[in-house]
Formats: sequence, structure tokens, C-alpha cells
Amino acid sequence: MSEVTPDLVRHLASLARILVTEEEVQKLTGELSVIVDSVASVNKAVSGDVAATSHPIPMSNVFREDIVLPSLTQAEALSAAPDSAEGRFKVPAILDEE
Amino acid sequence: MSKEQLMPYEKAIEQFEVVIGLEVHVELNTKSKMFCGCKNEFGSEPNTNVCPICIGLPGALPSVNKKAVESSIAIGLALGCDIAKTCRFARKNYFYPDLAKNFQTSQYDEPIAFGGKLSIELADGQSFNVEIERAHMEEDAGKLTHVGGSTGRIHGADFSLVDYNRAGVPLVEIVTKPIFGGGDKAPELAAAYVRAIREIVKTMNVSDARMERGNVRCDANVSLRPKGQEKLGTRTETKNVNSIRSVESAVRYEIQRQAHILANGGTIIQETRHWHEDRGYTSSGRVKSDAEDYRYFPEPDLVPVEPSADWVESIRAALPENPEKRRKRLSAEWGFSELEFRDVVNADLLDVIYATVEAGAKPQAARKWWSGELARIANAENKSVEELAITPAQVAEIQTLIDSGELTDRMARDVVAGVLAGEGEPRAVIEQRGLKVVSDEGALIAAIDLALAAQPDVLEKIREGKLQAAGAVIGAVMKAMGGQADAARVRELVLERAK
Amino acid sequence: MSDLIHKSAAELAQLINSKQVSSVEVTSAFFDRSEKLNHKTFSYLHLNRENALAAAKLADQALAAGKVHSPLHGVPIAVKDVLVTKDAPTTAGSKILEGWMPQYDATVVVKLREAGLPILGKTNMDEFAMGSSTEYSAYGPSRNPWDLQRIPGGSGGGSSSAVAGRLAPLAIGSDTGGSIRYPAAVTGSVGTKPTYGAVSRYGVIALASSLDQIGPVTNTVLDAALLQDVISGHDAKDSTSLPNSLGSMAEAVRNADFKGLRVGVVKQLSSDGFQAGVSERFQDTISKLTANGVEIVEVDCPSFEYSVAAYYLILPAEASSNLAKYDSVRFGMRILPEGNPTIERVMAATREAGFGPEVKRRIILGTYALSSGYYDAYYGSAQKVRTLIQQDLAKAFAKVDVLLTPTAPTTAFKIGEKVNDPLAMYLNDIATIPANLAGIPGISVPNGLAKEDGLPSGVQILAPAMQDAQAYRVAALIENLYKAEWGDYLISQAPDLEALNV
Ligand SMILES: [Mg+2]
Ligand SMILES: [Zn+2]
Repeated sequence: MSEVTPDLVRHLASLARILVTEEEVQKLTGELSVIVDSVASVNKAVSGDVAATSHPIPMSNVFREDIVLPSLTQAEALSAAPDSAEGRFKVPAILDEE
Repeated sequence: MSKEQLMPYEKAIEQFEVVIGLEVHVELNTKSKMFCGCKNEFGSEPNTNVCPICIGLPGALPSVNKKAVESSIAIGLALGCDIAKTCRFARKNYFYPDLAKNFQTSQYDEPIAFGGKLSIELADGQSFNVEIERAHMEEDAGKLTHVGGSTGRIHGADFSLVDYNRAGVPLVEIVTKPIFGGGDKAPELAAAYVRAIREIVKTMNVSDARMERGNVRCDANVSLRPKGQEKLGTRTETKNVNSIRSVESAVRYEIQRQAHILANGGTIIQETRHWHEDRGYTSSGRVKSDAEDYRYFPEPDLVPVEPSADWVESIRAALPENPEKRRKRLSAEWGFSELEFRDVVNADLLDVIYATVEAGAKPQAARKWWSGELARIANAENKSVEELAITPAQVAEIQTLIDSGELTDRMARDVVAGVLAGEGEPRAVIEQRGLKVVSDEGALIAAIDLALAAQPDVLEKIREGKLQAAGAVIGAVMKAMGGQADAARVRELVLERAK
Repeated sequence: MSDLIHKSAAELAQLINSKQVSSVEVTSAFFDRSEKLNHKTFSYLHLNRENALAAAKLADQALAAGKVHSPLHGVPIAVKDVLVTKDAPTTAGSKILEGWMPQYDATVVVKLREAGLPILGKTNMDEFAMGSSTEYSAYGPSRNPWDLQRIPGGSGGGSSSAVAGRLAPLAIGSDTGGSIRYPAAVTGSVGTKPTYGAVSRYGVIALASSLDQIGPVTNTVLDAALLQDVISGHDAKDSTSLPNSLGSMAEAVRNADFKGLRVGVVKQLSSDGFQAGVSERFQDTISKLTANGVEIVEVDCPSFEYSVAAYYLILPAEASSNLAKYDSVRFGMRILPEGNPTIERVMAATREAGFGPEVKRRIILGTYALSSGYYDAYYGSAQKVRTLIQQDLAKAFAKVDVLLTPTAPTTAFKIGEKVNDPLAMYLNDIATIPANLAGIPGISVPNGLAKEDGLPSGVQILAPAMQDAQAYRVAALIENLYKAEWGDYLISQAPDLEALNV
């Protein structure tokens, strides 16, 4: 049985910075329950000592030399920003007033 | 925002045992950033050292700076750590506008270095072993400026501005194991530890180590437990304590604050706290239920780092002498008293004195210059001695002229002033200011005879064997010569002429 | 020269190279057709005549000066909107990136430009490549040129419909769980997912970093091979890029022979759950190979059973992190809620408005799979399943040179049929996912029309990692067998797009 609850969905949505309406919470709870029940089978697949594969082709020690390469200009960097000022990206206040 | 209530420090220490844990972030001084080719440079115009990678544009991918890995291994070795045979980068996921990708590329369960130890000496000579849990590689975040509101602080700001020049600058985060037994010395120990880390990375030249620029930053964990209790207390983490003095103050403040709460039956909330440098207190960061769930997972855009034994050993071979060992060696070589030497270390003068001695000055003379005259001038100008416009080589040169009798102490101070004022090399200053010891004995004898004639009572006393009376005549002669005479030679001549 | 649009890319390249036709003429021919018919297939999100013709002109000038930049010099191409392009807006099918003009070009785009391939435009896709039908594109679904009521597959349905509808002779796709091969199968075209790391991912808008791979979408196996030769190779900007070349795929196609070929059929992917007509086509392919002396061996890959489950944990987990950067700060959409919102609320409102339901579903699922307390059970176990799949494949490839499976369980389904059933949608990729989990190459080649609905079916060839040439060899052999039977490529049997109505 799935452990997906509306509270969990609210928590996950908040972690993922996605605003969800109550209606969406209910819908997502249902959908995620079905999906989670179905993917939970991975647990059954592995028993004993199996290494995890996080990269399909084993490689290591891929480095670049410490060399300075051209950067964007300030104008290029800011060209797609929704808002900017004084050569910087402008964002709404970070914290509520307290 | 008002300060919280504090318990007097001595009382807090009497009742509670202090446990601290320190996380020090060291910015490496590589030429380019950790994962892209942008310049790693302080003070550039905002958002000019940025590219698709470090501002997290869709599609961009990181690639690892080899030099940064090398420096991280070097730091690990200098701290006595083991270097991982294989390790990985991991993503630490959280949303914050200074974090371009909304995850920090860091290391999690597989740090590059682990299990080290650092011996720390306190001002009274007592020494402590601090155990290092790990040192791992990660990237720095961008810089936020809060605009509007009354204070320019994050609270009450109208909006914030983000500069990503610092985003992606390589960092090594060094984490200690819990440090027990500091007692009333815990704040001092914390500060001494940060100073030691700073000294190490500076000596190794892997970081500029300028705390005022944030090259070395400390997060201090503090918890208290009633004496005799086994269970650890709840800790707080005070972030961004960015000077050595503040490390001491912040730890001390947290001890007093937590002690007051605990003694009054309260509980400590596990939280992040902010240190307010200007007014010397910590305040609560926001407690968020999801703050701690960083959802770490191996960075899929990067492959593992597996330093070969050869590579590690070649880095080890290139390490400079450990500062602690170097101090012991120099202390023996220079023959300073224990107190003199500790003062030199505490005032951060070891490097300049070393360089001055290397340039040919005697250790005691070099010490006197840097901890005396030059320290005074630097202090008055609110600079470090390194920032003064005089080099150890110039100081050594001036000292050599004193030793050979070409300059008197007073004249030497004039030469120093001239060099500091930008008048050129010591020789040029001597030339321009006309600072030369008068070695024309005829002129000296004439001046002495004149002074002796003017003070017959003194002459009488000298003849009676009261040699200390000669001082008055010597003073008059030196004055007459405009200070440009060798006082010792004048004395000799005065005694001769008085016969 | 309307017959130009019926030629393969290799033929067009030859015509251009021999100066019988100019790149400008070829590019214009595809452009005219695309402008006229794109409303039917909705293959392109963005068409850029000016830039394409400018590039075509450059290609012609180079040729006039005796310079041929690649074997596909002058042949125009369509690029999936998942690759960033400096001269065209890039959206990855999402509202959150609407109007974004990237500040740089993807490595593959740079390679295409350097190889002298004019870029016709950017093709439609499921939002952030999450989907199997393009119905999750924020800009509306693409349609299958064989039947405009049906999906052209996904996520790269824009590229597959462009190629199958002859709105482009070639296209670039991206394949995370089948997004090149599945669309190829349901539109009767050829699609390759190369070995992981064979083609640079730099400038590819990430879905799941450890699974994503760029590859060709074409009408013939040789065209796919020629295109893979152009776009592959080591890229220092992608740390997962393979250090060494895998050789020439075009050569593998041209030299293809049956000698000593051993083919495996995966027990777990040969009968159950496949549409009857698809199974029948697959059996037909096997029979043809047997008739040519190919040894067919059944191989057992028991862990394939868990591949879809593992995939739908790994993909959302990586995606949830990759998609965190869409936060309204440096690029893309920003929604300002009423009042005096904090950046946190602005981010949440932007992501609510800018992401479609499937993207949100997967982000939340991925956040769950990675969150503390669940990591080991979900993400951790899924990564172990990858190891098991690799072990199964290693055993199989010890016995055979390649594996064959039907590419898709069914032919193209009707638009709207599965859009509200995420789990049913996920099962479309059942045969293609193992290749992404294991990092091995896979090609889908048309093997006829299913008898019950007359729609295209595809056969998938899987080869060991780095042995893309082996997969191309077998793909070419199968293509040749069918070409001998049909007298032409399958695409020649497609209906006249100009006569079809939406
Ligand atoms: Mg850190
Ligand atoms: Zn950069």
C-alpha cells in the first residue's frame, strides 16, 4: 500500500517550489499513489550485494586544466533575465518583513 | 531586534560543558572556477566573470578544474587526512537565488579527504588536538545585495540583486569532529583553529586566505550539556563568522545565550543563526521544516575522481613545511624567548620576519622592526604589516646600514618613513634626505671642544671620573651635528678630548 | 524541384556535392513545404528561413571554393527544441522558457553548422522531453503524417513527423527512454540512440543526465549513420563524453554483411503485451534473417522486468534536480503573485504556471524518490537495477552480436487516448528503456505496416556499449531485406501529406 498522503504531496511540492492548489494536491495524491505502487517493485529486484550504477559507462578522472576562458559580457549574461539592475539580476525580497 | 538574555560567561562555564564543531570554507586561488573557465577573481564588475555553466543556463554542463582537485588533496594532506581512493561529487538540492542551479555541486558521502588531525596552540602555550572529520570540494554561491528597507539587511529589504561572479569559485569545506574539553578556552580554541587553518592554506598558497574578502569563512556549531551528562545537547550553527576575532565572540555569545536558556528550563532549537559582526550577537535564521532535506545524490554530469597513489605522493612531496613544525624550527633557530616568539606568532609576523632574516637581517633586529616601529605604523593606518609599502628586503637593507654604522637608529627610522612615503629605495631616500652619518672627525672634534668649553662643570665631572656626566655633552654635539653622527663614536671622542 | 523532398539525405548531399542542385535550392524546397504543411503536423515550433538560407548560401559558397565540410554538406536539418541555439528561441516545449534566446550554441549545433548543414527550425517535443506522444508539449501536439489523428510518438514527435512528413530530410532527436526510437517506429522512420557519451550533451536541455543521449532521426539507415558521424566525437565540455571515436557508422552501413551474425531475441520482450500486428512484423523480421542464414538465439534478461520501474525513479529524480534552475531569476518566465511576494513565492508561482501537469508530476515524484528516508528504497534500488540490467546484457552479448526487439508495443495511438493515464503512457517505452539504463546503443528501423491498422511498425537493434557500428550494420541489413521486398523505403508508402486533413 502506498504511503503517499496529501500532506506528503504538500511537503514535496514545497520542497520542489511548486505552488499547488488543494484540488491539485488531491489529484496528485491519487496519481502518485498509483505510480509509486508500480515503481516500488525495484525493491524486490535487488537482494544482496549489488553495486549501484549511477553512470552507465564507467569513467573516472575527467578534468580540465586551470585555464581562464572567455566569459559572457554582463549584457549577455543579463539578456534573458526577467529583471535586472546595476549589472545584477534583480529578485523580489528574499524574506518577509518580520 | 533585541539581544537575548545571556548568562555571565564564568557562570556558564561552571555549569555546562561546551562542545564545539567547526566548518571552515576555504576559497581556493585557482585561476579559473571549479567547473568552468570563468576567471576566479575578487572585485570584478558584477556578472562579468560568468558563463552558461556558472549562471546555470539550460543545457550547460560542469567540468572539473584539475588544479582545484590538486589543491583540495594538498589541503587534505596538510591536515593529516587520508585521501579517498575514489570519491564523487554530489548535488545538494535547495532553492536560493544566489545558487544558480538551485543545487550546489558538492561532495556528500564520499569526500576527497577524511580523518585528519590538527594540533592547536593557545596563547598560554597549552596545546589541543582537533580531529578533522573530512575535507570536501564544492562550489561557492553568488553574492546577494539587499536593497531598500532601513538596514540594507535581508529583513525588510525591498528587493535583492544577484552577482554570480563568485558562483562556482572552488571551495574546500573542512569539518571537525565534535571538540570536547575546551572548557573556558572553547571560544579561544575555535579562533585559534580558524587561524591555524588560515595559516596553513596561506603558507601552501592554495588560497589568498583573506578573511575580509571571505576567502576563509567559518560556521560554528555550539552545544552545551550540563556537567556530568553524557548526552550531547542540541546544537546551533552560527553561519558566516568571517574574522578570527568574531569566531571567538560568536562562540562565546552562543555559550552565554544557550546557558541562560538551559538554566531557565528552556530548550535549544536546532537552527541556523546569523552572526552580526557590528553589534556582536547571533540571531535566529528561519526555522524551516524542509530546510534539512537536501536530497543529495551523485552528480550525474560528472564522473568519479580517483586520485592515483602517484599523484597523491607527488602532491605530498610538494607540500611546504607544516606551519607548526616550521614555528618550532624557527623558534629554535632564532633564539627568541618563548614570550617573544608567541607574540610574533599571534601578531601574524612570522612570515615577514622570516623574509627579513632571509634577506640578511639578524633575527632579533628583524623582530624589533616588525613588532615595533612597523607594527605601530600599520596599526595607525589600520593595515596589516604586509600591506605597508616596504618590503622585508628593504628592511633588511636598512638594518645592514645600521650594523655597518652608516645609519643611526634615528636616521634609519627616517629612511623607513621615506620608503613608506614612496620616495624610493632606501639608498635613494638616504641620498635625497641627506641622511649620512658624519664621519669627518675634524668636524666632530671641533664640535666637542666647543661643547666642553661651554660646559666647564661637566668637563670637571668627567675628569673626576663621573663618566655618566658625558651624556650632556654628547647630546649637545649630536644636536649640533643635526643627529647625523654616530653617538658611540662621539662618546669615545668626548672622553678622549676631556682628558 | 518538388522531387527533392523525396530524396534521402545521402542522395541530396551527392546532388549538392556534384553541383546538380544548390544547398539554397534544397533548403528552399524543404522550407516551402514546411511553411505550407507545418500546420498539419505541427512538427516545428519555430521556423527560421532567413538563417537557414544564409547557412545554405555559405555552404554553396564553400562548395564553389572547393570546400566540402562533411558528407552531409549543404543538406538542411531540423533540430529538436531541446538543443540550445543562439539564433533561434529555445523552449524545450515548455511555457516556462517561452521566447528564451540562448546565449550560446549546443556542441551538436556547432558541429552541424561547421559541417555545413543549414538548420531549418526547432521541432516540437513533449515538455522537457517528458512524454511519448508530444501531447505534453505546452504548444500543442504534433501529428503523425501517416494519420493526422494519431500521435507521432514522443518526446521527439516534432522531429519524427518532420522527417516522415518530408518537412526535413534529417532531424536531431534526444533519447532518454526511447524519445528517438519510439517516434521513429510509429512514423516509419529510422532513429538511433547512440552509446551514452558518443554525442555531446553540452547545450542539451537536461531531462535525466545519466540517460539522455542525442541522436539522428532520418528516413534511411545510411542517413542516420552519416548524421551520427557528423555529430559524434569527444567534447571536453561534457565530462561524460567518450574519449575515443567509435569509428565511422557510414562505413559500417556500406560494408554490412551477414557473415557470422548472431542475433538474440529477448525472452522478456518478444511476445507478451505487443499488439498482434507488431508481433507479426517482428516475427517476419526474424524469419527474414533466418532465411539469410542468421543464427537466432533466445536470451534471458530477467531484470528487464524492473526496467520501467527503475526508469521512472531515476528519471524523475535527476529531472527534479535538473529542472530546479527554472526559477525566474536568470532566464525564462516570471510570475508575480498579488501583493508583496517574496522570491520564494514568486518561484513557486512561476513553476506552477510555467510547468505542465506531467512535468510537475515527475518533479514531485523525483523529489520523493530522493528525499531523506526514501532514497535507499527508491533511487538507490533503481540504480542497482541498472547494474542488474547491465549484467543481463553482458551475459546476452556473450552469446550474440546484437539483440532484436519490437521497438514499440503498439502502432501509433490516437491523440488523447492515453493522455490522462500516465502509467499507460509510461509503458510505451518498455522496450526502449533498457538501452538508456545500460548506456548501450539502439536503432529503430521500419519493418512494415501492422496488418490490423496499416500503421508503421519498427524493430529495435541493441548492441553492446561502444559497438554502435554493429547496430548500424544489422539495421542496414534489415533495411535492405525490406527494401528488396517493397522496392523502396517504407516511407514511400506514406500517404500524401498534402491530401490529408487534420
Ligand atoms: Mg558546504
Ligand atoms: Zn563560468
